[in-house]
Amino acid sequence: MNNEFKEVKHSLPKIDGIGLVTGRPAYTDDLAPRDALVVKILRSPHAFARIKSIDAQEALALPGVACILTWKDVKRIPYTRAGQGHPEPSPHDKFILDEYVRYVGDEVAIIAAEDEATAIKASNLIKVDYEVLPPVLDFEKAADNPTVIHPESEIHDMFPIGFKPQRNIAASYEMEIGDVEKELAACEVKLEKTFYTQSQAHVAFEPHVAFSYIDIHGRLNIYSSTQNPFHTRRLLGQALDMPLSNIRIAKPRIGGGFGAKQHILVEPFIALVTLKTGRPAKIVFTRKEVFESSFNRHQMRITMRVGADKEGHVKAIDMNVLSNTGAYGEHALTTFMVGGSKTLPLYNKAKAVRYGGKVVYTNKVSAGAYRGYGAIQGNFALESIMDELAHTIGKDPVAVREMNMIREGETSEVFKIMGEGSEGVDMIIESCKLDYCIRRGKELIGWDPEKLAWEVAPGVVRAKGMAIAMQGSGIPLIDMGSATLELQDGGWFKLRIGATDLGTGSDTILAQIAAEELGVPTSLINVYASDTDHTPYDVGAYASSTTYVSGNAVLRAAKNMKKVMLQAVAEKFGVPAEDVQFDGMLFSTKDGKKSITLKDFSFDTLYHEGANMKTLTATGSYSGLKSPPPYMAGFVEIELDKGTGKVSILNYVAVVDCGTPINPNLARIQVEGGVLQGIGMAMWENVKYADNGRMLTNTLLTYTIPSREDVGKITVELADSYEPSGPFGAKSVAEIGIDTPPAAIANAIRNAIGVRLTDLPFTPDKVLLALKK
Amino acid sequence: MTISLKVNGKPVKIECNPGDVLTDVLRNAGFVEVKKGCGTGNCGICTVLLDGVPVPSCSLIAGRADGHEITTIRGVEAEAREFADFLVAEGADQCGFCSPGFTLNVLAMKKELKSPSIDEIKHYMAGNLCRCTGYEGQLRAVVKYLEAQHE
Repeated sequence: MNNEFKEVKHSLPKIDGIGLVTGRPAYTDDLAPRDALVVKILRSPHAFARIKSIDAQEALALPGVACILTWKDVKRIPYTRAGQGHPEPSPHDKFILDEYVRYVGDEVAIIAAEDEATAIKASNLIKVDYEVLPPVLDFEKAADNPTVIHPESEIHDMFPIGFKPQRNIAASYEMEIGDVEKELAACEVKLEKTFYTQSQAHVAFEPHVAFSYIDIHGRLNIYSSTQNPFHTRRLLGQALDMPLSNIRIAKPRIGGGFGAKQHILVEPFIALVTLKTGRPAKIVFTRKEVFESSFNRHQMRITMRVGADKEGHVKAIDMNVLSNTGAYGEHALTTFMVGGSKTLPLYNKAKAVRYGGKVVYTNKVSAGAYRGYGAIQGNFALESIMDELAHTIGKDPVAVREMNMIREGETSEVFKIMGEGSEGVDMIIESCKLDYCIRRGKELIGWDPEKLAWEVAPGVVRAKGMAIAMQGSGIPLIDMGSATLELQDGGWFKLRIGATDLGTGSDTILAQIAAEELGVPTSLINVYASDTDHTPYDVGAYASSTTYVSGNAVLRAAKNMKKVMLQAVAEKFGVPAEDVQFDGMLFSTKDGKKSITLKDFSFDTLYHEGANMKTLTATGSYSGLKSPPPYMAGFVEIELDKGTGKVSILNYVAVVDCGTPINPNLARIQVEGGVLQGIGMAMWENVKYADNGRMLTNTLLTYTIPSREDVGKITVELADSYEPSGPFGAKSVAEIGIDTPPAAIANAIRNAIGVRLTDLPFTPDKVLLALKK
Repeated sequence: MTISLKVNGKPVKIECNPGDVLTDVLRNAGFVEVKKGCGTGNCGICTVLLDGVPVPSCSLIAGRADGHEITTIRGVEAEAREFADFLVAEGADQCGFCSPGFTLNVLAMKKELKSPSIDEIKHYMAGNLCRCTGYEGQLRAVVKYLEAQHE
């Protein structure tokens, strides 16, 4: 990719890549102290129960057991595990340990022992007497159910979120622009459909893992596989009633997150053990625990009503959503709101728009943050019904999108009204190449509206479908990132960032941004990241924020650093700062009379300038006024076997507008990976439960994620786009890839068999059932 | 019980319980380059070479490896480094957690298959799951790496 930039918009290798691939110790468990106590959790076998009594005497007597904690040993402080800004828009409805257990896998006791075998043995010796209570497992029957999942009086919200625990409602919300009923009544074409999206597991391959120890100063140190070290510090301090100054959270390399680790989860358990015993402690979740006792995607029911004229101009959109947050309300309101705020602005010409509904508690594993974060659910419903509109009026589905969709220079009233948990921000879209993405996608898939389905053999149909999507770039006015640069002797820079690289390559692209602005090669930037003691604040990796929010912070730090260096060189040369220039290697006066290399200058500042010696450092912080959406057009070609109901994905084309890709290879991989996760959700992945609330899909034998043989081809291209408010024109790219597959594949199936599937995932049984109708 | 292994060419004796799987035993002995993914033999992340043949170490009782030769990613440093350059050039290392197991299997494939087709590569590597990349970048890296071997 030839361009005007030297460092950004270049596919540099990820700075940690070689070390990771060749197996250097890098992840949390690789670094855990060898003498750490092993922590295990005794978990509830019941979906809903009260602990009548708990007897750990025999377990405690087992040699090698260091401590056992039950709900009676832990301070009763309600908190939220959601890694979000403060005050959190998630209800404080969780206790580290509680008298009640609310899903199969909920925590009953914390066991610490010298080794894993002893910890497991001890946990089997704990005697618990449960009063088993009737659970609520069907989210459509949760609201106002006789069973109240959270009867406790101490739980609360941090600001009004429609929290009504007595009715099993974690959050509720309504908004309306214009008069939806009036507009719908006047429409020539009216459509209504209800869609169901399932709960999906993240399956990051490194499990939830952390270790803790007390340092020489008596402070609690925790290394954790977390997406948000600073939120973890704050939430842990709250849950343990500990001053934040006594806690350090550090994130080593991390084996994937996808939202699963945008929570505090394992940290309180090991913290309690270390505080009680004074010894290092570690916890590594088993895969079963990751499935049964961490988080998954909010299951939703979305009822869509759309009104349009006969040409297909959309006049009114009404979205009513029921979301299942499981046993606890992490990200309940915000994922629900994103279902509208990051889908409805796509069709900004509608005169009336309504979005509302509620998020309910059930006795299932808690739902939490997951890549797409409500937008993928909302997109499935909205982009399915938009396709149905095209069918109803007999138009090319692409043409219906093109006549209704948002374009550069436009806005949507939704931006201002809907934020994440509160009001949003007004913004004009300054970069939107959706029109190009669609045009290019059509070329790549070979889109012919006259031939969207054709038979290749008796009973075997090929078909095409498409969908468009948007996401965001950070949460404006709420999320902040910061960065500090420091010139080191030898002429290189320390870049300290609170941002959290989950394996995405964000440490690398942030170094590229600093290098580009400073005019030096990226190799002169060494990155130190994600440590609450040693790096400046950053909200962490979520909401597609790092490139845009943390990237802008790095850009500001680099601009400031340049000023600081030019000033220092000017003083040294005895000239005004504006007379000094820097070409990345050499500082010189504009008249060329005086010059010094970066390397020599760096030594002078630290060793050779007597009373003038100083560390040259600069910081930049950024919190956005807006959240420029990346856009995408997704096109799919499928083959559907009418005999077996099997749908095969032959080719998935994704054309994405993410602004300037800071590192095109890494941006492309983000999209490829996102698309495949979206295909996984569309086709196979489904967290299932038995009638008693036990999870049936708690291993990779029973929960299917796509292998490399399951999809024919994923074709990704990036549009040429520039976002004026982003660092060197960049927007986000982490989530956008996941959003379109459920709708695009549903639309292709509709073209193939003439039946609309509304219930994810599209397994062969559902296709066969649809064919029978 | 005590088992004797040759790990990366060096003899080691390790204390373990009879039911322990090889992944845990190796990690506890300090070979932390061996990662544990699913624990049920589905994801290929824990792949090591047992007498030169790739196996998922999470599904192998450690006692069964007694007296055998184990190779981890650190035992094939030069070859691994060569392939790593291709993988990171595509940005397909990503979180890296599956990379050591994946790389060991790529090296095994290179020995076993002569000029494999795309479908053969996908089939050989199907047991190595990855949640980050969507597999396309890994495939680009493998194809370029194999091409470079012929040059």
